[in-house]
Formats: sequence, structure tokens, C-alpha cells
Amino acid sequence: MPDLLEVKNLKIEATSYPPGEAPQRITIVENIDFTLQKGRVLGLIGESGAGKSTIGLAALAYGRGGVEITGGEVSLNGKDLLAMDRKQIRAVRGDRVCYVSQSAAASFNPAHRLGAQVIEATLLHKLMSKAEAEARATHLFDILGLPDPQNFGKRYPHQVSGGQLQRAMTAMALCSDPDLIVFDEPTTALDVTTQIDVLAAIKHAIEETDTAALYITHDLAVVAQISDDIMVLRDGGMVEYGTAAKIIENPSEVYTRELVNVRSIKHAEATEQSRKYFEMTGIHAAYIGGQKVLKDVSLHVPKGQTLAIVGESGSGKSTLARVATGLLPPLEGEVRIDGEALPKQLKQRSREQLRRMQLIYQMADTAMNPRQTVGQIIGRPVAFYEGLRGKERDRRVEELLESIEMGDGYMDRYPAELSGGQKQRVAIARALAAKPEIIICDEPTSALDPLVADGILHLLLNLQKKRQLSYIFITHDIAIVRAIADSVAVMYQGELVRFGPKSEVLAPPFDDYTDLLLKSVPEMRLGWLEEVLLTRKLESAGN
Amino acid sequence: MRLKEIPVSVWIGVTGIAIVVICALFAPWIAPYGETEVVGDVWGPASAEFLFGLDNLGRDILSRLIFGARTTIFVALSATLLSFSLGIVMSFIAATNRGWIDLGLSRINDLMMSIPSLIFALVVLATLPQNLPTLILVMAVLDSTRVFRLGRAVALDVAVMDFVEAARLRGEGTIWIIFKEILPNTLSPLLAEFGLRFAFAILFLSTLSFLGLGIQPPSADWGGMVKDNKDGIIFGISAALVPGAAIAVLTICVNMVVDWLLRRTSSLKGGRGDA
Repeated sequence: MPDLLEVKNLKIEATSYPPGEAPQRITIVENIDFTLQKGRVLGLIGESGAGKSTIGLAALAYGRGGVEITGGEVSLNGKDLLAMDRKQIRAVRGDRVCYVSQSAAASFNPAHRLGAQVIEATLLHKLMSKAEAEARATHLFDILGLPDPQNFGKRYPHQVSGGQLQRAMTAMALCSDPDLIVFDEPTTALDVTTQIDVLAAIKHAIEETDTAALYITHDLAVVAQISDDIMVLRDGGMVEYGTAAKIIENPSEVYTRELVNVRSIKHAEATEQSRKYFEMTGIHAAYIGGQKVLKDVSLHVPKGQTLAIVGESGSGKSTLARVATGLLPPLEGEVRIDGEALPKQLKQRSREQLRRMQLIYQMADTAMNPRQTVGQIIGRPVAFYEGLRGKERDRRVEELLESIEMGDGYMDRYPAELSGGQKQRVAIARALAAKPEIIICDEPTSALDPLVADGILHLLLNLQKKRQLSYIFITHDIAIVRAIADSVAVMYQGELVRFGPKSEVLAPPFDDYTDLLLKSVPEMRLGWLEEVLLTRKLESAGN
Repeated sequence: MRLKEIPVSVWIGVTGIAIVVICALFAPWIAPYGETEVVGDVWGPASAEFLFGLDNLGRDILSRLIFGARTTIFVALSATLLSFSLGIVMSFIAATNRGWIDLGLSRINDLMMSIPSLIFALVVLATLPQNLPTLILVMAVLDSTRVFRLGRAVALDVAVMDFVEAARLRGEGTIWIIFKEILPNTLSPLLAEFGLRFAFAILFLSTLSFLGLGIQPPSADWGGMVKDNKDGIIFGISAALVPGAAIAVLTICVNMVVDWLLRRTSSLKGGRGDA
């Protein structure tokens, strides 16, 4: 079979402008070779900064914001895309090659109906008449498993769920019947339970239409379900390239093996879990003017243990954290630490009560003031709760930096000068600075690369051992729950469906939702997707 | 940021502002004649001795222009500073507390804005004793309504960030949140607005002086000088145009710098990409 897409010796560079210095050329991607045939899927996998999106966009001869393709060849059907002029390349984009971006919610125009946007590129390229394009869109909605395909196109983007929007975007890409589609992390922003449906829909649609695809993701388990071949990337270079079966079952490089075996943490479950150190009883909560988001939730954590709260978005798990911290006073119910009932309102809580409970956010970027240095960020709680000043405070900050495995060289850095993992570590240090007894972690690792996330989890567990910390760990990732939790609470549409020691909650017999949740976590083996679709009992609520 | 990247227009603006500021600071040494000194005929023509000619009482226009820079800049600057302090503090209190405090302050602000500020100023200044502090205060209060609107809008964006919530969870008070968490993150748009409002303050002061309620004679100020000499225009005497031109030039200079600041701070990429 002739090669549809052939990438030879690709080199991509960018120019950076460091303040006060001469501009520098930076090589982002180098020495990338691969070929792709009709009907096949190549998975590009790597951590952030590995250059996977950059390579994906190179298939459209496009460089994002200052990025330039400076060497090599990208040929589609034997024609070199890089040699084309602007007009020729425009004729290819949206016609022969299409792109599906990570965040469909941000990529659709909220002011236009979905149907019109799905067929827009096709009409622009004059590939079909409007009626034909609409018929094709309806057909694609059907293939992708969207509800009521006849009328789906009449809806606006805000009227459908995130998973449906991502599928609508796939329909948009497929509409012009392209030779190649570039999927850039299409399921990363979705819940596990929704991800599985989108994944299945994309796979089905690719098979039906016999299109080739580049599938970009950081999740090896996901790419294993959908790809024929996999290319592992790191720092702009190729690490390993082979069939999916070979990469997953028999990786030859050390880095690939690390990726395959990530989440190696083993944490023995605590045996004694009845002592209630932190406790929430009979919590009902609602946002102003809204429906109840929490209905009669009661749970507790013993000292020095971890309670994992799992559920999909909208299940109320973050709201539970807001109630615990006092940001959202509950309608009914009580929050207690060590037997002492906390006032419902944040403003009524004493400084001492606030100190005992700290929060770690999902996005470390927005959780830290960009105009304060690391020293100031960590130093403030030290000064605020303990009244330490000057040298004493600096010494404490140094100790804290050491405890998060970062040297004191970071004291004067700003958050923008840190990597994602380092930022989250600083956020942990800020929480530790208060000498808390309980830390609520709101998805602290979900924005991080798997290996970095692993490091953060290790750190949290070590700190727990040393300082007898209790964690309430909010997550949608069952693999993390398995790794670190002592007890587990499963939330579904504002209700607690299951709560107890990990070994009991994650063992059968399951209720329908827990069954779905457990089955939706991608497993690092081939053929997993088909198996799950056959055996699950319930579809996701957000679907 | 390197000096080379600053466009020429900004250099022109900076130079213009610098000249005016130097004039204001060193007026008695720079000015060839005294502020109220009568040195020749009424509306005497421009000559080597009197660069811009003489005014309606025979005073040197250049000297009065230099002395006038003093009052004009002083009043405009203090009024702008005061209006910013007032506007920022009120708007940040509104943005951090939300609820009825926000509602109350915002509606009072709307009420103030709904009255045309010139008429408002005329009425208030006509009833209050005429001195500099009153004038500055009235200008500041009227101008602070505009600052309030901008301040509230930018502060609202920052106040919903996680780091502000984190500070709140720590138990920090409103003062800390306003000055340590929100203010540093809203400073660049506010600075740009400062330059703009400063230019408006000069114009507003000139307007008031022209109408006779600003700086009182015999003190020189640019707007007042236009008023004093306006009758000369009928006789083809350009004395009124000189202070008018000075106002225009200073305003343009300030705006050139402000435009550049705005471009730098309001771009989508966080103010780093200056095209």
C-alpha cells in the first residue's frame, strides 16, 4: 500500500527572546521519521514539551505562535506540503487534512449552531452541496453515537455535554472526507466515564470512514486502545517507534518501560479506620439559587490516613471540599475536627481552626500569586500563623523547601519560572507551612504528566508518614485511588453511593455506578476498550 | 525590555513631559520675567525679548506659561493621585466583598456618573469656598467614578483566582487581600489608565479655569490664560492660542506614552508581545 503521509527528517525550530539577551534559536523537534497508510492510526505519545502537538500540526504544515518548520519533508499523497505556497496549503487544510483539538468547548463558536460549524469547512472548499454536507453530517453524528442525529446539528455548543462536543468536533473533521485527521488529546479534558464513549466513537468512525489518523496523547493506556502504531517522544526526539503490541507488551527503551509501568506506588491500607478524626455528617448543600448539589453526605477520616473521594465532574466532590473549608456553608450538617465542631462560615472560624485544615488546588498556576516569589508564598503562612519574622522565617521556608525535595535556590524565583511539578510542590509546601493536621487535595495531579504526578504522590505519602497528616484526596482517577487511599468515598450526582475501607469499596458486588467507574479506567493492554463496552451496565451521567 | 524597542513616539512624549516637569520645578529660575510682572504694552507682539508676546495686561506669556505649568501640573497630578487612591480602594473593597457592599458602592457610583461632571463641578465649586484644596478634591471625587469602574472590573477578574481564595482560607483580612494579592496583579492596566486620566485632569482643570471656577487670578494657569486672552482673538492677536497649544501638546505627549503602555499591558499574551 502506498504511504499516505510520509514525514522525513523533520526539524522544527522556534526563536526565543530571553530578556536582556540576544534572540536564540531553539530546536523543538529533530530527526522525526514516520509513515502512515490509509486506514491506520499512529499514536504520538510523550510528556508535555515532548513536541507531540508540534509534530501533529506539522502534518498541516502549520507552526503555532513563532514555531517554524525548518527542515525535512512532509508529503501527503506524494506531494510535499512544506514546498507549497499559502494558497495551495489552504486548499489542503480542512479538505485533505483536518484537526481535532483538545478543548472542543473552547474551539466551537458559541454563537453558531453545531451543524453549521460542522459543515463549514466542507462548504468553503466547495466539496459538496449544502444538502449533501448536511446529510453527511447527520450520517457522521449517527456513526459517532450522538443522540438524535437528525436534529443534533440544530443545537448550540452550550446545549450539549463535553463528550458530545468532542464527538461533534470529530464529525467536523470527518465531514470533508479527509485523508488524514490529527487528534490532539481529544479525550484528555473529559471524565474517564465519558472518555471511554468518545474513544469508542472515534475508533468506530475511523474504521467506518477508512481515514488515517495521528492520535496525540500523554496517556499510553488510551493510545493503546486506538492505535496501530505508537511513537514515543521525549524532548523533541523519538524514543521508540513500533506497533502498538510491541510498545505495550515488549518495550525496549527504559523510558517507554517507565511510561508503561507508571503508578507503581503500593500503599498498604490502614487496618484501624473507625476512629473519626475529621468528620462530616449529614451534609446538604446548594449554591445560591441553585439545586441541591450535595444530599446527605456523611464521611470521616482517621488521623494519618487518606480518604479518596471519586466521581465524575458534577458529582459534587469539589463542592464537598468547599463545604469542608467553609467557603460554602452547608444547608444542614456538621464538620468536625477531632470532635470539635467547626463554624459553618469561613469568617466565623478562628485562625487556629483555619490552620488545621489546608487546601491544595488542581491548578498550581492559578493557586499562587504570580507577583510573589516562592519565598514569599511559603513564608506568608509561617508569618501569619506563627508570627515568625526575618531570619527565623527564612529558615523555616528553607526547611519546607527541603521537605518538598527542592533546594533553597528556589527562594527568589517566581511561579512562572517553575515547571508544573515544581509549582505543585511549592503549593504543597505552602499548605505544610501552616503545620496542618488535615489537607484537602483537589485533584492535585490531574494537570500533570504521569511521571511527574507519580513524584507528587510519592511526596504526599512520605509527608503523611512523617507528619501524621490526614488527606482528603479528590480525584476522578481510580488508579490513584488504588495507589494511595485507605478509605474511599464514591460520589454520583451529589450523593454518596459507597463509602468504606478501600478493600471493601473496590471489591464486588458493585453498584452500577461504581462498576462503570472502575471499568472506565483505561488499562494498559490491547483490546481492553472492546471488552469494557460489552460488559458495562450503565452509561455515564455526563454523556 | 530594552530601550531600543521603545518606539520613537514614546520618546517624543517622554521628552515633552520632561520639559514641562522641569519648567514646573524650576519656574523662578527659568522664566525670564515674574509671574505677575507687567513688562510692556497690552498684547505686545512677539519679539526677541518676549518670545510669545505679551498678554492682556502686558505680562510676558512665556513666563506665565512656565509658571502656569506649576499650578496646572500640581493640581492635575494631585487630583489624579487622589482620585486613583479613592477609586482603587473603593472598587477593590467592592470587588473583594461582593454582595450588598458591592451593590451599594456601584449604584452610588452610577448615580455620580449619571450627572454630567462639568455641571456637577460648576455647581459644587460655585457654592464651596474657592481655594486649591477644594478644587483638587472636587476634581478627584468626580474623576474617581471612572477609576472605580475600571478598578472593579479588573479586580473582579483577579478576585476569583485560586490564590485569592487561598489567602481567604488562610484567614487574611480584606486589607491584605487588596494590597498584597489583588493590587500587584492589576497594576499595569491601572497605570495605563493613570496616564490617561492625568491628561483628562489637565483638560478638565483648563476648562474650569476658562469658566472662571478653577485657578484664581493672578496665579497663572494654562486654561485661565486662554480665558484671559480670548478677547484678543477678535483683534487677530494670537496670545490665547499659545497656552491652548501648550495644553494640546502636553495632552498628546501624555497620550503617546499611555497608548504604548496600554498596548503593552492589554495584549492577549499577557502584555509580553508588543507588536
